Amino acid sequence: METPLTQHISINRPSLNLKDYVSVGGYQAVHRAITMAPQEITKMVQDSNLKGRGGAGFNTGMKWSFVPMNDAAQTKYLIANADEMEPGTFKDRLLLEGNPHQLIEGMIVSAYAIQANISYVFLRWAYNKAARLIRYAIDEAYAAGYLGKNILGTGFNLEMHLHTGIGRYMCGEETALLNALEGKRATPRTKPPFPQVSGLFGKPTIVNNVETLCNIPHIINKGADWFKSLSPGADAGTKLYGISGKVNKPGLWELPMGTTMRQLIEEHAGGMKNGFKFRGALPGGASTDFLVEEHLDIKMDYKSVAAAGSRLGTGTMIILDDHTCPVGFVHNLEHFFAQESCGWCTPCREGLPWTEKILLSIENGEGRPEDLELLEMHTKYMGPGNTFCALAPGAMEPLQSGLKYFREDFEKHINEKKCPWR
Amino acid sequence: MAVIYIDDKAYEVKPGKNLLETCLTLGFNLPYFCWHPAMGSVGACRQCAVKLFKDEQDTNGRIVMSCMEAVKDNMHLSVDDHTAKAFRSQVIEWLMTNHPHDCAVCDEGGSCHLQDMTVMTGHTYRRFQYKKRTYKNQYLGPFINHEMNRCIQCYRCVRFYKDYAGGKDLDVFAAHNHVYFGRAQDGMLENEFSGNLAEVCPTGVFTDKTLKEHYTRKWDMTMAPSICQHCSLGCNIIAGERYGELRQITSRFNGEVNGYFICDRGRFGYELVNSINRVQQPLIRGKIPDAVDKQSLYNHLNEILSNTKVIGIASPRASLESNFTLMQLVGKENFYQGISETEAQLMRTILHTMNSGQIHTPSLKETEKADAVLVLGEDLTNAAPLLALALRQAVRKKTIENAGQINIPSWHDAALREFAQQEKGELFIAYPTQTKLDEIASDSRHKSPDDIARLGFAIANYLNIMAPAPEGMDDDTLKYARQIADILKEAERPLIICGTSLYNEAILKAASNIAFALDTKDKKASLCFVVPECNSMGLAMMQAPSLNQAVEVLEKGEADTVIILENDLYRRGSKKDIDNLFNHCKQVIVLDHLHNDTTNRANVLIPVGTFAEADGTIVNNEGRAQCFFQVFMPKNENLRESWRWLDEFRQFKNGTSPEDLTTPGDLMDEMVGLMSQFKGAETVAPPADFRIYGQKVPREPHRYSGRTAMLANINVSEPKPPEDPDSALSFTMEGYKGIPPSPLIPFYWSPGWNSVQSINKYQTEIGGPLLGGDPGKRLFPETPVAENAFLNNIPPAFKPSPGEWLIVPLPHIFGSEELSIYTPGIAERSPKPYVAISKHDAENLNISESDIMQVQIRDQNYALPARIKEELPQGLAGIPFNIPGLSGIAWPAKGILTKAVI
Amino acid sequence: MLSAEEIMKIDHEIALVPVRKAACIEALKIVQDHRGWISDESLEAIATHMDMSAEELESVATFYNLIFRKPVGRNIILLCDSISCYVMGYEKIYEHLEARLHIKFGETTPDARFTLLPNPCLGACDHAPVLMINDDLYKNLTNDKLDEILKEYK
Ligand SMILES: Cc1cc2nc3c(=O)[nH]c(=O)nc-3n(C[C@H](O)[C@H](O)[C@H](O)COP(=O)(O)O)c2cc1C
Ligand code: SF4
Ligand code: FES
Repeated sequence: METPLTQHISINRPSLNLKDYVSVGGYQAVHRAITMAPQEITKMVQDSNLKGRGGAGFNTGMKWSFVPMNDAAQTKYLIANADEMEPGTFKDRLLLEGNPHQLIEGMIVSAYAIQANISYVFLRWAYNKAARLIRYAIDEAYAAGYLGKNILGTGFNLEMHLHTGIGRYMCGEETALLNALEGKRATPRTKPPFPQVSGLFGKPTIVNNVETLCNIPHIINKGADWFKSLSPGADAGTKLYGISGKVNKPGLWELPMGTTMRQLIEEHAGGMKNGFKFRGALPGGASTDFLVEEHLDIKMDYKSVAAAGSRLGTGTMIILDDHTCPVGFVHNLEHFFAQESCGWCTPCREGLPWTEKILLSIENGEGRPEDLELLEMHTKYMGPGNTFCALAPGAMEPLQSGLKYFREDFEKHINEKKCPWR
Repeated sequence: MAVIYIDDKAYEVKPGKNLLETCLTLGFNLPYFCWHPAMGSVGACRQCAVKLFKDEQDTNGRIVMSCMEAVKDNMHLSVDDHTAKAFRSQVIEWLMTNHPHDCAVCDEGGSCHLQDMTVMTGHTYRRFQYKKRTYKNQYLGPFINHEMNRCIQCYRCVRFYKDYAGGKDLDVFAAHNHVYFGRAQDGMLENEFSGNLAEVCPTGVFTDKTLKEHYTRKWDMTMAPSICQHCSLGCNIIAGERYGELRQITSRFNGEVNGYFICDRGRFGYELVNSINRVQQPLIRGKIPDAVDKQSLYNHLNEILSNTKVIGIASPRASLESNFTLMQLVGKENFYQGISETEAQLMRTILHTMNSGQIHTPSLKETEKADAVLVLGEDLTNAAPLLALALRQAVRKKTIENAGQINIPSWHDAALREFAQQEKGELFIAYPTQTKLDEIASDSRHKSPDDIARLGFAIANYLNIMAPAPEGMDDDTLKYARQIADILKEAERPLIICGTSLYNEAILKAASNIAFALDTKDKKASLCFVVPECNSMGLAMMQAPSLNQAVEVLEKGEADTVIILENDLYRRGSKKDIDNLFNHCKQVIVLDHLHNDTTNRANVLIPVGTFAEADGTIVNNEGRAQCFFQVFMPKNENLRESWRWLDEFRQFKNGTSPEDLTTPGDLMDEMVGLMSQFKGAETVAPPADFRIYGQKVPREPHRYSGRTAMLANINVSEPKPPEDPDSALSFTMEGYKGIPPSPLIPFYWSPGWNSVQSINKYQTEIGGPLLGGDPGKRLFPETPVAENAFLNNIPPAFKPSPGEWLIVPLPHIFGSEELSIYTPGIAERSPKPYVAISKHDAENLNISESDIMQVQIRDQNYALPARIKEELPQGLAGIPFNIPGLSGIAWPAKGILTKAVI
Repeated sequence: MLSAEEIMKIDHEIALVPVRKAACIEALKIVQDHRGWISDESLEAIATHMDMSAEELESVATFYNLIFRKPVGRNIILLCDSISCYVMGYEKIYEHLEARLHIKFGETTPDARFTLLPNPCLGACDHAPVLMINDDLYKNLTNDKLDEILKEYK
């Protein structure tokens, strides 16, 4: 089983410096890419069927293909989204701390593909170790001529900057991220126009997730078909899967796309902790719908998870066990989302705090039967398209599925006027 | 045209708009908050949801925000769709979770956008049962009241204040459901357009503080369409009265002129009407008692006028009707403009250009669309505020066009601003000091008036070699002139702005030359003149001699008596000259509404109505004649229009006995008959006998309350409402309830639309002209009627002369205008007298900021604190124009500056 | 007043961006690094340096939860209160902190030694519960461990 992303990452030794990275074949993709036409790279990435690992799962090459390529003089930007703030998600941290050159290489190739001359790593503040390593790695890459002017004598220029955030989950949303980089409030922008056309400082911009970008060098080196062959299922490549909650070995593993939930929990996470029963899980971060026991055998790829009524999201799973109150669990999530709402659009700004208050009152034994209708009303009216960005619809996913799968628990709270878990 | 289907019915609509505008234009009642016709769409409030279907077959559809969808041919949508309706009502319920429900005590109550939308969506019962979040309010200065708890976070306030008007001291703070709109600290809102917050805010967060001082519900006011009297632009306003007091001014939409907005001087400067300084009673000074009735007044006047040689002195702030009746009374040969010769000459130069019909004089609306602008010698924010606001939009035009290339429509405000970033169009400014618009200018230069003119001449010469070139220009200025010339040449809609503020004729000529030169290049160039007062243009068109000539006539003894119409002459020349004028008069007869230095000199003083108590026509800077209508009938029967006094007196003089005096016929008809240059002015508004279904247009909304009770403390029987013989408006709530002709709109109201948003129902299309066309008539020819040669007389370059300074007048939006200063808030914001001097001169004179300087202008001495301005050219000094304590200067002025010895 | 060092660092950031204002978040971070928090005076000074009004900068500063507009303690405890830590019992850790330090979320100890703040997911969910003190991440917390950790911070 190949693990291209993590093969050189080990928690037992420090991350690779440039020399080590080159010695294991690092930066070969850059050498190869510059011999190719930019559009060729985009095509190759598109053919590889690499889908964005930031949550939405859009074909990466396709996304790049919307960048206008006719004006060579135009400033364009490439941004690595390393904001990772989705609760329950800790996958990009590994790539950033484990092998920063892999990301930088992926960024150089990607920037070349869209002919961007300025790139940013947008890193969340809390990853200060990663910040140190990336800063160092960027300096190394400049020194080695992989960044800066006239890279490897090709005439291609690329600047790279590290930007560290200062809080707010919204910054991970790609258009809000652009505003944050511009020194503004991180409220999202409308699409269209897409960032590919009018992005950072009004210029064409690509924002990709760290894991997405880390895949790029390997696709360039080994080809689109190889990438597809990594996974037995519909979606290509490997995926960083993670599990947190009451399992024996919470953690993160690079596995073929389409590994089942059961395999993940039982084989890789060592099963549920003694005395704890699996009740459900958010398969890919806080803004995905619960999956429950009946779904344990579905493949964790975009299509299969969607067919089961949820989303693969970030691929990092949070497990709900039988000692944890589902109402409290969902309340915790809605508290998070209400806090992190940017305050721009009405449903999210006003609706999320309302759901949070209702959930808290139910949890405290003060719920009323009609509260469940109110919660359902929110899940119905805060769907995609009704709000300005995807934050609120994401917030509704665990709530709507929670109401569906754990309705009895909600009702019990209301009927017994207390939380059965307290 | 595109065809769209709304709830299965086909409609022909204009492409390029968004769905919300289109639905509103079609008459649908679709609620919204964050969208504003002048500010575009941002999609924040999610109120305007409709169902959009993929095609005819699609029955599921999806919810979209209509303000964010472009109209496309063959679109299928539903406004009535159950889910869309339910969602819209849900949005209101969300907004209401934290709203205080304090309508009963809210200034906005009953004319509230939020109330209207709440009713419209059908949201009735509150299901949110938790604590509301509460905020602290801020002190925001004398104009605007702040009540944050009512906020529904539509972001319109910051979008107007910051993005549209360029304000810096209002913003949105914090995040999630704690967002707060206000200042960093309590304090005065600095932007000159802050009053519009009261209209763009859909709730009672930002309200008119001056209204609060004498609060009245909107529907309890008697209102009339009016024209702002505080600068030359002629913004359309609605003025409201109750209990004999003027209560509020709001903007009155005119698609060609001010659009949706007005400036703070115009909105808040109305307290002169309620001032205790009003002249209340005809006075004959020297008589005991001096207050007299009409009969004795007429007798007295008759006696004076039959024994003296009378001249009439007119006024640029009086209506055409009043000026005309004065002319008729004294005779054309005895009729003088009440402005200085310098100003009269400037106006003649402007008229010369405008009469040629060769150069297009743009409306305010058109200036918004210019793609390259040159401002010569005007500080627009202070001299013609709404023009400054228009330029703030104009500089965005080019980027909006660029954005169109990547399919961002012009209404998509959010995307436009992100695309455009800091980029701005071409705006060049030449003025002695920094102006507020410098911040959005591509380049601004600070020069003496003559050097501004020379720059202009040089630009014209680059554009057309036939235009005379200034000699001895330095390379840098020449390069600058060439750069501007090139940009103007490239532009699609170049605009030149100049005016009278610096009292420099050469600037006007240079600007005309540039416009002519562009015209010879087949460019549709526009030339916009800023003139001093609300009817300066109308007065100039009457072509009478100036005040200086009146003085000559008096000095020569050819006349010994003056009738002064609504004009404080002490603001028009040096104190010495005006004193001299009065000293040569046997009798001084003054008609005015407020006591001032001139009324103090009157032997006979006659009170007259302000714009609120009078009808009249005035001509704005573009030559547009516009009518204002009497708002209310004052209890004081002496407060009558000047034209009524003057015309009646003419009748009396001709032998009509007092009981037979009649209201003059249509004065404008008579005037146009005698002076053809005013042709068209008589058709600005429907005549007094105009009726709709036999009915007049009511000044009072049908909800007007308390009519039978408001005077009950005096008399329980309800008095007969006053009649208005002069216009088609009535002083009652009875009359035609529909939409009146656009010049007669006294207020906006439509069933279900009680807030100012009801304006939608009065327009042919959203944001477009009012039904039946925007009011006002342009009086100047629109096509060339005379050949114009390039103008010459290029002044030599300015050289500082040792010991003597060229003093330039610096206009201030708050303070420089005679009448608005009667509003305490405006007086509060007026600068204290100062003298601006250049850094270099300050160093030479050993002056530091705020040091007191002696300023001697002719024989007048002023002790003024210094304001050191780095950018001011050496040898120039600036004095705030006509602010209290600093009137009585003959412009242009020279002066001697010395450090005061204490 | 900004120090020469602060100005130097801010100007470095300004040089990297096409418009001056775009560096304002960096400027806030730099000043906060030096002074622990952003006082009204600091805000004014930064705004002036960035060619912004106080309002414009405050609008940005108050949006982000880690720009401190009120004084904070010498050490900042950021306790993750998000979902994985909830499942793994961050509430117990919170109770323990409350008992030890006598402060709640949002408060600072009277000796200004600690400020305690809740924080969304710290990205170490497989080691929940976690918290950060200043720049240091602590994983797999227990009450006993916590006592040891707190000792490190004066
Ligand atoms: C509220 C919100 C938060 C997000 N946070 C992140 C994030 O932290 N990291 C990330 O890579 N993508 C995040 N995304 C997704 C991004 O908007 C964007 O889709 C992604 O960065 C694109 O990269 P990809 O195509 O490589 O997946 C977030 C989206 C939303 C709506
Ligand atoms: S203050 Fe008024 S205009 Fe501004 S966002 Fe709130 S409701 Fe809208
Ligand atoms: S008016 Fe359309 S979202 Fe606000």
